[in-house]
Amino acid sequence: MTQLTVEDLHKRYGDHEVLKGVSLSAEAGDVITIIGSSGSGKSTFLRCINFLEQPDAGRISVAGEEIRLVPGKDGHLRVADAKQLQRLRTRLAMVFQHFNLWAHMTVLENVIEAPVHVLGVPRRQALERAMAYLDKVGISRFKDSYPAHLSGGQQQRVAIARALAMEPAVLLFDEPTSALDPELVGEVLKVMRGLAEEGRTMVVVTHEMGFAREVSSQVMFLHQGLAEESGPPAQVFGQPKSERLRQFLSGNLK
Amino acid sequence: MCDRAGAFPMLHGYLPSLLDGAWVTLRVAVFSLLLALVLGLIGASSRLSPNPLLRLPATVYTTVVRGIPDLVMMLLIFYGGQVGINVITDALGMEYVDVNPFVAGVVTLGFIFGAYFTETFRGAFMAVPAGQLEAGRAYGMSRWQVFHRILFPQMLRHALPGLGNNWQVMQKSTALVSIIGLSDITWLADQAGRTTHEPFLFYAVVCVFYLLLTAVSGLVFGWLERRYSVGVRRAAA
Repeated sequence: MTQLTVEDLHKRYGDHEVLKGVSLSAEAGDVITIIGSSGSGKSTFLRCINFLEQPDAGRISVAGEEIRLVPGKDGHLRVADAKQLQRLRTRLAMVFQHFNLWAHMTVLENVIEAPVHVLGVPRRQALERAMAYLDKVGISRFKDSYPAHLSGGQQQRVAIARALAMEPAVLLFDEPTSALDPELVGEVLKVMRGLAEEGRTMVVVTHEMGFAREVSSQVMFLHQGLAEESGPPAQVFGQPKSERLRQFLSGNLK
Repeated sequence: MCDRAGAFPMLHGYLPSLLDGAWVTLRVAVFSLLLALVLGLIGASSRLSPNPLLRLPATVYTTVVRGIPDLVMMLLIFYGGQVGINVITDALGMEYVDVNPFVAGVVTLGFIFGAYFTETFRGAFMAVPAGQLEAGRAYGMSRWQVFHRILFPQMLRHALPGLGNNWQVMQKSTALVSIIGLSDITWLADQAGRTTHEPFLFYAVVCVFYLLLTAVSGLVFGWLERRYSVGVRRAAA
């Protein structure tokens, strides 16, 4: 079953066209990694999927339901129905580069916040669910801590538990390990590998080539706002067709 | 009354009257605080709004009000307000309406300090990292939920030190209402001092009252600051 389709997404900032028509389709259980150098548009693409950025053109469907869009005054697309967007956003849980855990809430409060206040899950049930996901990411003993008192790796694992607690159709990861100290990257990647093995649908923007090669079902290489090359990891990493991808890989693979 | 009057014989029986004045001052302070908080929140939201029709009046408000002495503002609103009301009541053929000095005092102080609170709240709103709000939106929260579940509690932590300072100044500014004929503690102490020829005694009483008021406020704000900085400086709730 198709969980997420993005068709021909365009986005410009002033005169600079960041995305020049990028498409993506994720079946249930797919792990799609998006790679590319800084400025290639990969984070912007991910942020357009849940409308943290407004795309200028394109179509987005989540679990078979298309987000209804109308042209806005400024040329960007606008969501026709804010309620629909809110609902579809709950199906797309995002893990941010800088974690963005709510600083005034404990770990446990962070994880139950959206299930209780957005999805309307009864508090008791949300707490049980939260503890199960905190266990899964190995952080349940810190449930009463505040984010500021955890390491970056621990915060990111909490953020993953917060995303899982939404029981979303697709998990979106925006460079989840880029803000971490090198020795903390492993613990987050390990959790993400575990999720991939469980068959969760994931779209991952990353600089971790090892993860992209070993875990993903499909790799997309973005260059200057276009999907320069995409396919299964063996093909993209094993037989890169474009010169730019070869250059990118030779600079990133050790 | 006799008991209260007899408790401090050196006050020549003025204690009940001073206590009444203290009660007036306290009410003026609290009601103007509430008004200033409301105006400050509206002002800050308008100052930060992308809509120039909201931004411009709010900017004019804070610039003008903060640039005029409180005393002059008080006289302007009290006498100017009375003139304005007279014009309106005349035009409508209504009876003469007196401006109530209590209401005038509260409105003036609230209006003046609303401008300071606007700037305090504006800075505090801007201090909340964008990622905190983005996470709220990404998890399906409505604009109102993002505001009251995330932005407001986090903003308050940044605002409290500034609000405490504004409130301290505001409490003392309540003494200004005596010039528009409100029987607050300063006005009553002045009268008592003149009658008994012991002005310093009565001014000292006023000083003690204000010191007590500001000291208690300091404790309350200290507690609030600790409560809202949970997760930042201290782990314990």
